[in-house]
Amino acid sequence: MKFLGYKLVRLLILLTVIAAISFIMIDLSPIDPVRAYLGEMSNAPEQIEKLSAYWGVGVPIQDKIVGWLEDIVQLKLGTSLIYRIPVTQVIMEKFTASLVLMAVSWVISGIVGFSLGIISGAKRGTWIDKIIKTYCYILQSSPAFWIALIVLIIFSVWLNWFPIGLAVPVGVMAENVTFWEWLHRLILPAFTLSIVGISSIALYTRDRLVNIENSDFFLFAKSRGEKHWSIIIKHGIRNVILPAITLQFLSFSELFGGAVLVEQVFSYPGIGQATIEAGLRSDVPLLLGIVLVSTIFVFVGNTIADILYKYVDPRMRGDGDE
Amino acid sequence: MNKFNFNPLNSLNLRQKTLLIIGLTLSLLILIFITSLTIDSNTITTNFMMRQHPPSFEQLFGTDWLGRDMLTRTLKGLGLSIMIGAFSSIISSIVAMIMAFISSINKYGDTLISWLIDLFASMPHLLLLILISLCMGKGALGVIVGVACTHWISLARVLRVEIKEINTSEYVNLARKFGKNNFWIAKEHILPLVITQIIVGTLLIFPHAIMHEASVTFLGFGLSPHEPAIGIILSESMSYLTMGSWWLALFPGLTLLIVVLLFDIIGEQVEKLLDPTKAQK
Repeated sequence: MKFLGYKLVRLLILLTVIAAISFIMIDLSPIDPVRAYLGEMSNAPEQIEKLSAYWGVGVPIQDKIVGWLEDIVQLKLGTSLIYRIPVTQVIMEKFTASLVLMAVSWVISGIVGFSLGIISGAKRGTWIDKIIKTYCYILQSSPAFWIALIVLIIFSVWLNWFPIGLAVPVGVMAENVTFWEWLHRLILPAFTLSIVGISSIALYTRDRLVNIENSDFFLFAKSRGEKHWSIIIKHGIRNVILPAITLQFLSFSELFGGAVLVEQVFSYPGIGQATIEAGLRSDVPLLLGIVLVSTIFVFVGNTIADILYKYVDPRMRGDGDE
Repeated sequence: MNKFNFNPLNSLNLRQKTLLIIGLTLSLLILIFITSLTIDSNTITTNFMMRQHPPSFEQLFGTDWLGRDMLTRTLKGLGLSIMIGAFSSIISSIVAMIMAFISSINKYGDTLISWLIDLFASMPHLLLLILISLCMGKGALGVIVGVACTHWISLARVLRVEIKEINTSEYVNLARKFGKNNFWIAKEHILPLVITQIIVGTLLIFPHAIMHEASVTFLGFGLSPHEPAIGIILSESMSYLTMGSWWLALFPGLTLLIVVLLFDIIGEQVEKLLDPTKAQK
């Protein structure tokens, strides 16, 4: 309990600092929120004046930051300039869509990556190990959006199995999409995000398993006459699975980055696309809101990893050094 | 061993093999870089007679919708990527060294740095990159600063732990008792041991830097659309995929992948060379 309280305080400090830093960065940037808000609309002088007052043009930066932090505490994140609805509402909507995508591919990449790592570690030196290793190295060195493009070319353009872009069929309102239509559009992004996420977890699992195979207790089990796979299951997997799960929780930051890129390629209407739009069309309130939400997201992942590390494995509780 | 099946690689020892691999990959990268430098942007001409041609022997990578040769555009883009990657990975390793240095001064410095590392690690990299790029007004400078700011963390972590370990070791304590000052200890005891980490760390930041540069450019926050960057080429290709122009996306990405892999190989081999305990694995 004390641990969680400490973490909560940490998160609050972190959020405050990140909110302030990102605000300063946006303030320094050449983005002019008044201009961005008016866009194509008429710009009568009195309206510009009103908006300038709202956005605090000419107000010193430290006052602006304090004002912004006060607003966050009251959960007033402002109105999105693109969608013209409150930022919290936009983020809720987009983030749930992304969360489904990220959760699906997180689970798939975890399971597949872990199994591949175990197989390649157990069959060290064989051709199957080499194939898995090469596959992982290649995937690790290729940008996520390029994989997405290739997947799009193969499955949408050549095989014509899936529609290109657009999460909603033309002429249908977003609310009226049936479950199957939505699922149909989720498959490709989720598939891409999964294969991108596999490599790090598979390589890590393989490395750990190889280390265990070199250990004394492994040799002892072998000399007792146990079967290879039975040792792998009883001694290998048990020792590897917890660090692997921890690593998977630590990958939330990468997962978010991957989701942004993949959503952009498949035009999946999630938080990633909202980020890009907010950035390109200078939607300051939405961008700052997304920064805060994604920080919480990554922090939750890191904290779960910490808890797993400290509390589930009793051996880790002893040394409170680092 | 069949002696008729002569393999020249067998006569080399591990060290020579490693050097050979480093030499080959490095010369390939330098070749790509120099070729890209010799390409003048103005010579990439538009040729409307040659629009959307699939790959052939005259145009190995095909042509785009303006009839430009994709091979020359890709090579030019790769050169740009390598250059930006070099700048940003060197800057970020300098930042990492400064951070590690601050953390080794005293307890408060260490707390500050570990807190800074936490701060930077708790925001998705891509988002931070986008923010920094927006803040610097997009363009090459924004990308370099952004990539440098997001990639120092891993190296700084390694260096911080390493320096801590050396600082508490017995021979450093002994040197202190002999009256050696901190500068002498840093120069004679710490630097020779961490220089490997610094070199390898810088080399291993390279591939990430190149990939992140391409990603952020692809999303439209990086280099301007006039530059022949890989990210730009790929994001342009998105509009032509439905028409079946698969080569616009496949080859530029593939070459980028190869460059990234080459840097990975160099990093690993240099690590083997400088840290012999790793080479035996």
